[in-house]
Amino acid sequence: MLLPVLLLLPFVCSVIAACMPADARNREVWLAGTACFVSLLGVASLFPQISAGEVMRYELAWMPAYGLDFVLRVDGLAWLFMVLVLGIGMLVVLYAHYYMSPEDPVPRFFSFLLAFMGAMLGIVMSGNLIQLAVFWELTSITSFLLIGYWHHRADARRGARMAFTVTASGGLCLFAGVIILGRIVGSYDLDVVIAAGEQVRAHTLYFPALLLIVLGALTKSAQFPFHFWLPHAMAAPTPVSSYLHSATMVKAGVFLLMRLWPVLSGTEEWRWIVAGAGVCTLLIGSFAAIFQHDIKGLLAYSTISHLGLITVLLGIGTPLAMVAAIFHTINHATFKASLFMAAGIIDHESGSRDMRILRGLGRHMPITATLAIVASAAMAGVPLLNGFLSKEMFFAETLLVGGDTDWWMSGAALAMGIFSVTYSLRFISIFFGKPQVDLPRVPHEPPRWMRFPVELLVLLCLVVGVLPALSIDQILHNAVYSVLGEQMPSYDLAVWHGLNIPLVMSIAALLGGVLFYRLLRRRFNPDLREHVPLIHRFSGAQGYENVMSALSRSADFVLELFNTVRLQPQIFCILLAMVAVIATLGLPSSRHLADPFANLDPLFALLLAIGCICAVAAAWQAKYHRLAALALLGGTGVVVSVVFLWLSAPDLALTQLMVETVTTVLLLLGLRWLPPRKTPKELAIEVPRRVWLRRSRDLALAVMSGLLLAGITYAILLRPSADTIGDFFLLRALSEGGGTNAVNVLLVDFRGFDTLGEITVLAAVGLTIYALLRRFRPAPESLVQPEQQTDPLDPAIHQAPSRQARTGYLMVAGIYLRLLLPFMLLFAVYYFMRGHNLPGGGFVAGLIFAVAIILQYMLAGAVWVEAHLRVRPFRWLGLGLILACATGLGAWIFGYPFLTSHTAHLHLPLLGEVHVPSAFFFDLGVFSVVVGSTMLILIALAHQSIRSHRQPGKSADVEASASMQESS
Amino acid sequence: MEAAIAITIGILFGSGVWLVLRPRTFQVIIGLLLMSYAVNLFIFVMGRLWIDQAPLTLAPGTPDPSVHADPLSQALVLTAIVIGFATTALYLVMMLGARGLTGSDHVDAEEEDEQ
Repeated sequence: MLLPVLLLLPFVCSVIAACMPADARNREVWLAGTACFVSLLGVASLFPQISAGEVMRYELAWMPAYGLDFVLRVDGLAWLFMVLVLGIGMLVVLYAHYYMSPEDPVPRFFSFLLAFMGAMLGIVMSGNLIQLAVFWELTSITSFLLIGYWHHRADARRGARMAFTVTASGGLCLFAGVIILGRIVGSYDLDVVIAAGEQVRAHTLYFPALLLIVLGALTKSAQFPFHFWLPHAMAAPTPVSSYLHSATMVKAGVFLLMRLWPVLSGTEEWRWIVAGAGVCTLLIGSFAAIFQHDIKGLLAYSTISHLGLITVLLGIGTPLAMVAAIFHTINHATFKASLFMAAGIIDHESGSRDMRILRGLGRHMPITATLAIVASAAMAGVPLLNGFLSKEMFFAETLLVGGDTDWWMSGAALAMGIFSVTYSLRFISIFFGKPQVDLPRVPHEPPRWMRFPVELLVLLCLVVGVLPALSIDQILHNAVYSVLGEQMPSYDLAVWHGLNIPLVMSIAALLGGVLFYRLLRRRFNPDLREHVPLIHRFSGAQGYENVMSALSRSADFVLELFNTVRLQPQIFCILLAMVAVIATLGLPSSRHLADPFANLDPLFALLLAIGCICAVAAAWQAKYHRLAALALLGGTGVVVSVVFLWLSAPDLALTQLMVETVTTVLLLLGLRWLPPRKTPKELAIEVPRRVWLRRSRDLALAVMSGLLLAGITYAILLRPSADTIGDFFLLRALSEGGGTNAVNVLLVDFRGFDTLGEITVLAAVGLTIYALLRRFRPAPESLVQPEQQTDPLDPAIHQAPSRQARTGYLMVAGIYLRLLLPFMLLFAVYYFMRGHNLPGGGFVAGLIFAVAIILQYMLAGAVWVEAHLRVRPFRWLGLGLILACATGLGAWIFGYPFLTSHTAHLHLPLLGEVHVPSAFFFDLGVFSVVVGSTMLILIALAHQSIRSHRQPGKSADVEASASMQESS
Repeated sequence: MEAAIAITIGILFGSGVWLVLRPRTFQVIIGLLLMSYAVNLFIFVMGRLWIDQAPLTLAPGTPDPSVHADPLSQALVLTAIVIGFATTALYLVMMLGARGLTGSDHVDAEEEDEQ
């Protein structure tokens, strides 16, 4: 059970860290640090079992149908990486506490950092290839977020985007690769795949799988030709560079190569691709590092070259090379993480990372300088430090590869050794010489605990370097054994192996490096060079930018070719496509046309004719006479409502009638904000020919679509109805739904879940409209009072709406409508109560209720109504949703699925036996939501006219009421 | 009867399509409403035409489905009507907002050279 807890802990802490306030710096550090420490203890407790050669597994069924399980698997290699991730993670957390400035939002930082830690643990613990690829991409995402942490800086954004594009594309390649690998083997389980090495290497798909997986590993580990993203990722805060981009995430690539080494290695293809990329990387990286000016840039290129070294070792593919690769992974993580932290300290305390101006820092910060010098000696491979041991093993392996004749690999290794000594010297040169005076800040030693992580890591470099057999041997043995198993080579970790060629090479590299550095300083001073000599023309970053801009340009080109921002052509195309689809469905043939108008009631025909005339007239008038068009539209709506009634759908008729009313009020409220429009005749302009052409085209499409829809309707109506599930609802409405109105029972009971979704949409739309209108800015010319309200002869313009309704021209309507209010509310209750058995229900009742209130608004104005009546649309909305959900959840208490209905039979005094279905309460929720959202929409819109009056000067209503008070 | 209904649906739909293709936002909203009438009627009549046979199973005993209209298409249309109101309101507010922001009631928020 320990393994899933170890994996989950960082993610859980990440969520907790994200929820903390922005200034909770100490709490964040305690949280993250404790999480790391506890996990580290947990991992340490596994050591005896790991040393005994055990492989721990935890399995959870994930997608059993596809043979996929969620597997956590810890062996020696995974254990080693877990210690690296958690241990360095803990030190980085401590370091970040001092590094991050008070202005930085730390919750975001620690949350991302912990999430990364979880993702990285996920990679190393994965016992399933698909799962590994998922965690792999997760590290790319968290790395993106961490590089872009200072997102106000352009270089951070660019670096984050570049790193993400490269590593995430590599992750996709990896994903494809492991899928192929899984298909070859027949399982994605790591143990099964590792055991099937022979089978994989013999398969025809071996090469594509290898290529894709290696692409994933090379992009992640910043190997040539994808190495360019790592220097740009240095825009991240230094703790991130130290953690992700030197110690852990970039090691994920080499980890993958180690993990799949038993399966994929040992072929010519493997050797050429992996070792080839590695050799190019280590040479380019170490050479470019010499000519950097930024300390972090130097360390980034040095990281690239060291990762190249590990890749070369993996490419060589002998068991001893694997030992050296794993050993160098550990050593590099310790000395490079400490160097990055030292660079961060220098940056933090002196204000600069530029090696051209930093001088004599040893005087100001002697302890940090000593630590940094020891760590860079380890990086250069000075004896008695850990870097020396693994680098010597590397030299020995390169000698073996070429045999007696082929020395090019050893030559490359030696060159890399020389270059690494040179850039290490260049780095430590900042501690010597005369102190620089005009630095941004006066340098001094950092706080005690900021230096502690560096001290600890440098101590580790020394301990491993001096006493390798005592300190690291067992850990290294476990890791190597878990990869190689029976092929375990015998090796001896000792500082002194006698005088042999690797030692000579080490000494040659040291001396050569010193000479090369002196030569450079004298002849070819790196401080004065803008570019890396020779290779700056082959810039990977430039290539990346070119590819990206070419992609972007071609996307623009395609958009320009096939897209338009104009809505009309888009809608035209959509409707044209729809017409084409309808046309393929088939149309009535001539035999259907025998007597199309049989049994047609003349009254019904008249009704339909009125509806059609209204619709065509509305279409005719909608441009220049909006009010007329609105009235005509209402005519069509009423006709549709009567058609519903005629054709046995009383519920629909009621709903349509109420919605028609509300829609008309809605559009009336909107009319005020539209610009005036005059006909071309009034403006005395000629409509151009082009416009006529377009209109005829649109008219043709409109006629065509109308004809087609009419045709298809007719064709369907003449066919007998197939068996529908409608009968099911009719048969069970009373017996199982407890109501005789099948439509209502269907809505609130059988399909209650749909209705719940629908009222949620209604509530969301209401809230959206409210939110949109809060930011509403009307056009300036609609702000002035409409013409009709400024006529000096009309006495009503000086009256507030409430006064107009009380004593003004609206007096008759006022008395009548106020009298009507209680009756309308009673009507709403009546329709609601009978809804389950007779036409009615929550929707209709809610609309009637809302209309009753809206009528009062229309009569006396918002100010008066709100002074007398507290309408709280939000409460209606919220209560309705809660009631509907609670009714659904209530079924759970009795052990039934969500929204199962139940009818209670109650005996009440006076009323006798009453049937109370639970759907009744659900319908009450529907009612409440409909009331709430309708009122919210209409009232929010109505308030706009009050608000806009207020903006230019005093409110008309306020003015009016003021004058009213004066007169009374 | 069937033909009359079909023709009505066609005319409502055609008027709606014509308006939806127009350049002014108000025309489009009226067009959408006309189209929604047509489509609601279309869905409704998929349950076929019934006269005086509302889906109310008031008679005692087991109901006979052959004498009642199809409740399914009615329930579908009922929800469609209510949602239609909500989308109309949303569209209206967008239309007013766009007019306030851009100063134009053209669907593309900018006037063409003529019109």
